[in-house]
Amino acid sequence: MHLYTYDGTFEGLLTVVFEAFERKAWPTAIEQEHVAQPSMFGQTVAVVADEEKANRVWQGLQKKLSVGAQQALYHTYLWGQPQFELIIFDYTKLVFSSKENIEGNYAAPCVLQVQQAAKQVHREKHRMEAFVRFQKTTDGLYFATISPDFNVLPLIVKHFEKRYADQPWAIYDTNRRYGAYYDLNQVSLINLELPPNQKHATLTADAKDQEEDIYQQLWQVYFDNVNIPERKNPKLHLRHVPKRYWKYLSEKQPRQLR
Amino acid sequence: MENRLIEKLTILADAAKYDVSCSSSGGKRKNENKGLGNAEGMGICHSYTEDGRCVSLLKILLTNHCIFDCAYCVTRRSNDVKRAAFTVQEVVDLTINFYRRNYIEGLFLSSGIFKNADYTMERLVRVAKKLRQEHKFNGYIHLKTIPGASEELIKEAGLYADRLSVNIELPSEMSLQQLAPEKNYKEVLEPMGNIKQQLVQAKEEKKLFKSAPSFAPAGQSTQLIVGASAENDHQILQLSSQLYKDYSLKRVYYSGYVPISSDNRLPIITEPPIIRENRIYQADWLMRFYGFDAKEIVDELHPHLDLDIDPKLGWALRNRHIFPVELNTADYEMILRVPGIGIKSAQKIVSARRFTPLNFEHLRQMGVVLKRAKYFITCQTKSLQRQDFESELIRRKILFGEGSVRSALLKQQLDLFRQVG
Repeated sequence: MHLYTYDGTFEGLLTVVFEAFERKAWPTAIEQEHVAQPSMFGQTVAVVADEEKANRVWQGLQKKLSVGAQQALYHTYLWGQPQFELIIFDYTKLVFSSKENIEGNYAAPCVLQVQQAAKQVHREKHRMEAFVRFQKTTDGLYFATISPDFNVLPLIVKHFEKRYADQPWAIYDTNRRYGAYYDLNQVSLINLELPPNQKHATLTADAKDQEEDIYQQLWQVYFDNVNIPERKNPKLHLRHVPKRYWKYLSEKQPRQLR
Repeated sequence: MENRLIEKLTILADAAKYDVSCSSSGGKRKNENKGLGNAEGMGICHSYTEDGRCVSLLKILLTNHCIFDCAYCVTRRSNDVKRAAFTVQEVVDLTINFYRRNYIEGLFLSSGIFKNADYTMERLVRVAKKLRQEHKFNGYIHLKTIPGASEELIKEAGLYADRLSVNIELPSEMSLQQLAPEKNYKEVLEPMGNIKQQLVQAKEEKKLFKSAPSFAPAGQSTQLIVGASAENDHQILQLSSQLYKDYSLKRVYYSGYVPISSDNRLPIITEPPIIRENRIYQADWLMRFYGFDAKEIVDELHPHLDLDIDPKLGWALRNRHIFPVELNTADYEMILRVPGIGIKSAQKIVSARRFTPLNFEHLRQMGVVLKRAKYFITCQTKSLQRQDFESELIRRKILFGEGSVRSALLKQQLDLFRQVG
């Protein structure tokens, strides 16, 4: 029984892999320091993130995996669902213990799990790229909030940076309490002082650009009129836009009175 | 002013919605000028209408004034509807402001025909040109090509647009004559051939000079209305397979006819043929991604697609002598033809079996729908099926067997069917 604890960073997790191989003591559990319960049986190893050790593991993986598989592994980390650390560990162990490239071996549970986790993350990333709705502020900033199921903000920044090269914008993750801000030159990470219970930041009336409401209204008008009522299919609609995403969408908000 | 714009958008979005294409993929326009927008690669659906269709583009008509009188079209001259027209500037402003707020991927601009084809086409081109040149807009632009527009205008349109499309609308010349007397196949196919030529030429030039201007990098598409005229599925799929071959189209779209008109040239139907449209799309997918030939899906003897089951299952049931397929040894092309196995699972199977012989549990984990596939496969010579069933029995088991989930819509239409029968 070996419990490894780490600081919750990707670097820390790769250091865990390093330490486990160093000791030849395979983990039965890997947990983040601040949530880990000391184990009654067996040994607990508290791992401190170490850049050099993490790099050695990562470089070893780079030699044996395609770029796509490396990405999938990082996406599994951002996925962050229960047991993701062990899945990543099992995967790296399989990589290092095999002579040939294992990334196509979908008959091995950890390979399939990494593929499926990466797929879920990719889908959430794509949804955020689609469902983010910017509101223009009086000082010309385009502002949006998100609260994605997985930590995909690092993955969507590049998309918006390329797309909106000529406008300043900010996207804030209200769940994880950090955001990205683009100032026409570069993207930086930001923290906002939001009240702890505020889930969804909306702009106050005096912070909104004067044209903001009319464009939201025009978008609602467009959305209503592009629909074909004779073909109404609520089941299909919900499959594409699950209800938990409606809060972002201005076309799903109450109609403004004309 | 605002209210006038709202009214125009109401009328001109409503009139454009029967054009089903909303694709925004396949563009190659990178944001290299620090402008607005980036249209490379994958398309994005920013929303979905309540009928479940993707909203990716601002899809509007420039105007719904029209000199033509096509029976199936809501904008036809003889129809008593409110008419409106956007100015070029209004379309540009809407596009830019929607795009900046991440509502859309770009613009799909079509139009009723006012005065003549060239006059109309020239205005469509002007919108695209203004977006590209004055606003450094790199988002997606799909322009409708007006049948009969001149070659020069089409050429110019292709410089600014990512996709061009000419709608064939009706699946045979005869129906076109009946329902759209001012149109003819020649006027539709000519610009289509024209665009194809330009596409080929631009590609050749690109090979020689990297800086050569690109022409409609996302290719061209067209649309057929299904159910407004008498053509059967065999005729429709023959036509689209020919269009894919002869005009190298990116897509043929099928639009189930929505009864919008009481014109007596049209059949009387109460509901759009949604299931038939869906089956035709499935057949179209089989032709484009699964290596099927149109003839294998429907032929003169079986000219209609089966509405109850998808065309791949239909084909498998007619060709039982080919099955079962041993998944540990069969070719990828053959695995693709098994009902219940899609492209993704087929790729996984071929990849994973290099490491270990696969069993049914592996398949289930990979996402194979065993409920359908089990009648057509073996794994290490084992089968999940003890008996060899008749095709008719398999069909019934898949359709009505325990745990089979039918789409609510199909159930409803099948129920009606049974009540009548």
